[in-house]
Amino acid sequence: MRDSFARTMYEVGHKTKDVFIVVADISPAGSMAPFRKDFPDRFVNVGVAEQSMIALCAGLALRGCRPFAYTIATFSIYRPFEQVRVDVCYQNLPVTIVGIGGGLAYSTLGGTHHAQEDVAIMSALPNMTVMAPCDPAETAAATWAAVACNGPVYLRLGKAGEPDLTSTAVDPYVFGRIRRLRQGRDICILSYGSITKMAFDAAEAIEKESGATVAVASVHTIKPLDREGIARVLQEFSTVVVVEEHSPHGGLGAQVKEIAWESGARCRLATFSLKDEFIHAFGSHGYLLERHGLSVNALTSAALTPAHGRSV
Amino acid sequence: MMESTGGMSTSLRGGETAVDRCRRYRRRILDISQRGVVLHIAPAFSCLELVDAAYHDLMQCDGDCPDTFVMSKGHGCLSQYVILEDIGVLTEEHLNSYCRPGGVLGSHPDYGVPGIEASTGSLGHGLGLAAGMALADKVRGDDRTVFVVMSDGELQEGSVWEVMMLVPSLGIANLVALVDLNDFQSLGRTSETLPNFYPMRDKVEAFGWECQEVDGHDSTAVVAAVRDRTRTKPTMVLGRTTKGKGVSYMENVPIWHYRSPSPEEYQQALREIEGGR
Repeated sequence: MRDSFARTMYEVGHKTKDVFIVVADISPAGSMAPFRKDFPDRFVNVGVAEQSMIALCAGLALRGCRPFAYTIATFSIYRPFEQVRVDVCYQNLPVTIVGIGGGLAYSTLGGTHHAQEDVAIMSALPNMTVMAPCDPAETAAATWAAVACNGPVYLRLGKAGEPDLTSTAVDPYVFGRIRRLRQGRDICILSYGSITKMAFDAAEAIEKESGATVAVASVHTIKPLDREGIARVLQEFSTVVVVEEHSPHGGLGAQVKEIAWESGARCRLATFSLKDEFIHAFGSHGYLLERHGLSVNALTSAALTPAHGRSV
Repeated sequence: MMESTGGMSTSLRGGETAVDRCRRYRRRILDISQRGVVLHIAPAFSCLELVDAAYHDLMQCDGDCPDTFVMSKGHGCLSQYVILEDIGVLTEEHLNSYCRPGGVLGSHPDYGVPGIEASTGSLGHGLGLAAGMALADKVRGDDRTVFVVMSDGELQEGSVWEVMMLVPSLGIANLVALVDLNDFQSLGRTSETLPNFYPMRDKVEAFGWECQEVDGHDSTAVVAAVRDRTRTKPTMVLGRTTKGKGVSYMENVPIWHYRSPSPEEYQQALREIEGGR
């Protein structure tokens, strides 16, 4: 995703005047080399100083520029939270804050590098738009959507090497609309970000084990949330599963439950998230997810077991 | 920019000196204080000459790229409001509805209000915003300067020193910070709260800024310190001031960070301001 973002920003730089990339000394920013080469004045490394990164972006935006702040997700929003809230959101400025390694992508770097609550915290801020694309192509689309936004954006990205999930998508990418990626009639899995790959694997496993067909939809725009689209899914399918790489609080699962209640949905609804716990363990990304109950097997069991679904 | 002769600059009112003008501004702030509960009179009095110097003597306000003023010391904004009223950016109605239902002026500046270039109130934000503005101006080749007024307590915020480090490193020279060195913060004297912070000028210069320390109530000295800058580095002027300047019972008395004068106190304050003490 980060390479797709960097390639897209290179295109954006050539087509959109006054786009800046402001980084806080982060090694993945190396993929920005072409942008940096062509636009040396518009690529700024503030050093290990995230408060400066966000404040500088806000100041640039006050002059009509379109800045992108870029570093590891935890550092992009937690350290400079008040700059995000006051400088960017309170003044409603078109600053995009890019968080690399959303969720547990930095699985061996420890809890300091896990963005487990980022979607909830950013969604709670007035004026903020929250996007989390699921693969490199959707990252490119979301980046262009961020450029078009006239207010603050939090763009939660994965790391590198995420597989293609969208080249055979049923729906095109439309900002603010859920996107059907995989066709199915009985069960629908809603997800966002890089864990959407797990939703695809679970869909295949469920279809193998049962006669049910399974749809997968990308909820790439978490705020503003496509409440009508989600209500339609809840009406259309007998079983809906939500899977997200995020705290159980304030993410997609809780909002889908809210929509289910408000829309009088009658389907079975199972939500999967990270536990409300910090992670003091190391290993592969998949290993950490499994420790928090997120695996293809868990999703498959929940989808196929009548009247079962781990509610969180 | 108004017609100017250094600190003895004249405003739109012919022949009025900076001293006369600031006396008039202090009276106006006191008048506003009698319309309701008003916070932050003493902080406004301490930075008044710094703000006045920026607007009347230092800022170039004509043309396509006017200079910009950021009140990073947000709680000093009454000083900015009365000047914006005086130069016709804010109206009398704006100020008369200060902190009242339906009004747009609060006790911290809000972006979007005429003349307010950035929302402040949480200390340690304005310098970073100003740095972003100044960087955009530098990259575009716009000839304009960003002026920031900060408080000395504000310099305790780590975010300030991140930006202090960054600005000269980015080659930004079109930024002038005026620091209201009144030696007070909420709980007492700044120099007693963090004594190792002084002397301050050495630290500012060590970060790559030009720095001068002057009497912050001496408009001539403030203006000269800014005008004499080399324009090769960002500039910080440390203005030594008195919190509550001009009213004896307010000067250096912490409670006047928050209090509004009673009618009797108001009358005494007016007499002292008029008398010039």
